[in-house]
Amino acid sequence: MYRRALLAASALLPAAAQAQNAGGFTPQNPECIAGAAPGGGFDISCRLTARMLNETGIVGPSIRTQNMPGGIGAVAINHINAQRRTDPNVIVAVSTGSWVNMATGRFGRFGENDVRWIGAIGADYGVIAVKKDSPYATLTDLVTALRANPGGVPMGAGGAVGSQDWTKAALVARAAGVDPRRMRYVPFEGGGQALAALLGGHIQMAPVDASEARGQFEAGEIRLLAVLAAERLPGTLSSVPTAKEQGFDAEWPIVRGFYGPPQMPDAAYNFWVNALRRLTAHPDWPDQRAAQGLFEFNLVGAEYEALAKRRTAEFRQLARDVGLVSQ
Amino acid sequence: MMETFSALGGGFTVALTPMNLALAFLGCIIGTAIGVLPGIGPLNAIALLLPFCLALRLPPESALILLAAVYYGSGYGGRITAILLNMPGEPSAVLTTLDGHPLAKQGRGSAALAISGIGSFVGATLSVILMSFLSVPLARIAVSFSPADYVALIAFALSLLGAVGGASAPKAWAAGCLGILLALVGVDSGTGVERFTAGSIELLGGIDFTVLAVGLFAIGEILLLIETKLRTEAAKLGKGQRLTFRELVFCLPAMLRATGIGFVIGVLPGAGASVASALSYTAEKRLHESEGTFGKGDLRGVASPETADNAAQIGNLVPMLSLGIPGSGTTAVLLGALLMYNITPGPLLFTQRPDVAWGLIASMYIGNAMLLLLNLPLVGIFARLLTVPAWVLYPGVLALSFAGVYAVSNSAFDLLMAIGFGVMGWLFRKLDVPLVPIVLGFVLGRMLEDNLRRALSLSDGNVAELLVSPVSIALWVMTLVAVLWPLRARLVPRRAVAS
Repeated sequence: MYRRALLAASALLPAAAQAQNAGGFTPQNPECIAGAAPGGGFDISCRLTARMLNETGIVGPSIRTQNMPGGIGAVAINHINAQRRTDPNVIVAVSTGSWVNMATGRFGRFGENDVRWIGAIGADYGVIAVKKDSPYATLTDLVTALRANPGGVPMGAGGAVGSQDWTKAALVARAAGVDPRRMRYVPFEGGGQALAALLGGHIQMAPVDASEARGQFEAGEIRLLAVLAAERLPGTLSSVPTAKEQGFDAEWPIVRGFYGPPQMPDAAYNFWVNALRRLTAHPDWPDQRAAQGLFEFNLVGAEYEALAKRRTAEFRQLARDVGLVSQ
Repeated sequence: MMETFSALGGGFTVALTPMNLALAFLGCIIGTAIGVLPGIGPLNAIALLLPFCLALRLPPESALILLAAVYYGSGYGGRITAILLNMPGEPSAVLTTLDGHPLAKQGRGSAALAISGIGSFVGATLSVILMSFLSVPLARIAVSFSPADYVALIAFALSLLGAVGGASAPKAWAAGCLGILLALVGVDSGTGVERFTAGSIELLGGIDFTVLAVGLFAIGEILLLIETKLRTEAAKLGKGQRLTFRELVFCLPAMLRATGIGFVIGVLPGAGASVASALSYTAEKRLHESEGTFGKGDLRGVASPETADNAAQIGNLVPMLSLGIPGSGTTAVLLGALLMYNITPGPLLFTQRPDVAWGLIASMYIGNAMLLLLNLPLVGIFARLLTVPAWVLYPGVLALSFAGVYAVSNSAFDLLMAIGFGVMGWLFRKLDVPLVPIVLGFVLGRMLEDNLRRALSLSDGNVAELLVSPVSIALWVMTLVAVLWPLRARLVPRRAVAS
């Protein structure tokens, strides 16, 4: 294991030397902020990335994970903007859910232009789950039912109306030409409880994440009508068609990545961008990433920044369309 | 049945390896320790231990045995400070203060510690037995519990609040309502609207239970002790009688009832150990109302919530293991641990990885026996906590409480809020307003709102559908009885009662 890491490191040596020398920046007491309590998605992003960056030797000094719960990342972004605007040694875990929050103004006055987007390390994908004995066999069946009676399909997932979980259902509804405001959506505390309600027959559809649904799917307890990805997912989920295949333009990757403070110096920014680029190219990475239920989604630096800004703008539009924000 | 026995036997071969025995023992010690410390709960401890399990390359069954031992071990620790210092170390030990601390003041702290340790063992072990044989059917029944049924269950739990308050029921109700109000602070889960946040970013995520509990109990108690110059109120290590065998037998029926209540509540995803211990204590108190001993130091009032607490913790693992559905935050982290090992939690766990599932169950028989053996001889040492001079003990407790609050959120704001609640707790103690209903209202209020909302949006706003299932009808009838029962003396003419 250790030797493999060394070999990999030496194979990447030219790039490594370049990265280390870029601006001559070496982090001191680096820190990863997870804007939620231990155990959640942010926490897992930080701990996985910090551990792997240290294990592979991409970042020498040990990276500390700090939990800063509150407002699903709102406290963290405020902390960074208020107290650590130029700190070169801190990265903050971020997800598609944070973009939704920025778009709907839940991060206070801070938005997508108040941080430096470093890169993504992986993604989960939305899936449309129904119970095994559901009358809906395909996404078309579900959409037909929604068109006939938008409130007739009780559905629920882990987040509130306007959250990223809700947006998955809203995208399907909108692709079907149904007003998302007319759906009957019930928020639960986490995807697990939504799946329990699905198994118990209290809701008929759950727009959850692929990693959450996999166990029930493999056991044959639930049927997955669609994955909201550009292409089919690997492994046991490869039998599930995408929404696009079925003629609906609904994609929902839950991208997990990191941002830095708004005035992080360029040398530090480039260091972290390179660190993530090398990490996601490392031979040990795919297994470790997959163990966390994350699929491949490698995007760093300017391209990641462009994605973050484009996505946030899209959600802002969606939120306006469905009357979640007034401006 | 035979299949279960052979599977359990297989589990014991996994759990009885020297390493797994050592890990279970280590987990029990860590669990007891974090149970004692106010502020730090099993959720944080498990999340922090998980990376170590991976770094040490423990096999998945060993990691789960260790982490689960921390989880159920914490149920043994919360009672110690609750009884001796009137400061619950865990949310579910809040009810234990009601009779446990009066016992400690009477010099019977050791007896209270012993009976609660035995109660924890009885509740946990009986629950593990139920879990071994009935896991899958129980979990199926649990998911059929609808949001409307939850509403009825929580309403029933709330209706018993008046019983917790000691002398004054109206004060208990008012305290309960205050708790519900505090639970409303933060971003509303249904609409995303901010409620009672006063524009503060720190309050967006709501008030953390730890902050409230540490403030009201630990800080409030210390403020009161300072005021009384540490003379009168504190419990003493008296020469009170140790727990007798007769008393143990006397408490046994209460423990069995508490196991039933605790396990059933625990199996339901979303309800938790706090609800279980509250329901169990209040039911027990109602049952023996005429004796008038509850709240003044009744051993059954200690045995009941502690038994229910541990039974519910084990019950919480049932939907997690058999369906892959977490019933609480802590079991969600345990599920996350499985994911880290590339094991998909779900209905196939028992067939695909019987070593993990049955190894864990077998280790819980062993772990609980270890916890009992660990806890009983130590009762005398725990009780010696009271011989520590107050000028060492209380600053120490305060420092640990603050460390606990800060470790969870890394926020100085939460520390200030805890001090604020401490002042509130001090004032309420002087005004004889009971604190336990505040905490229960806080926990139950949030659950009531979430489930009521779910139920009503599923029924499209039709209130009648809250009363459709037999379960909810039965629970509402019990709620009605619980509310009207204390009023019977006023409803029935006085002479009729007298004659």
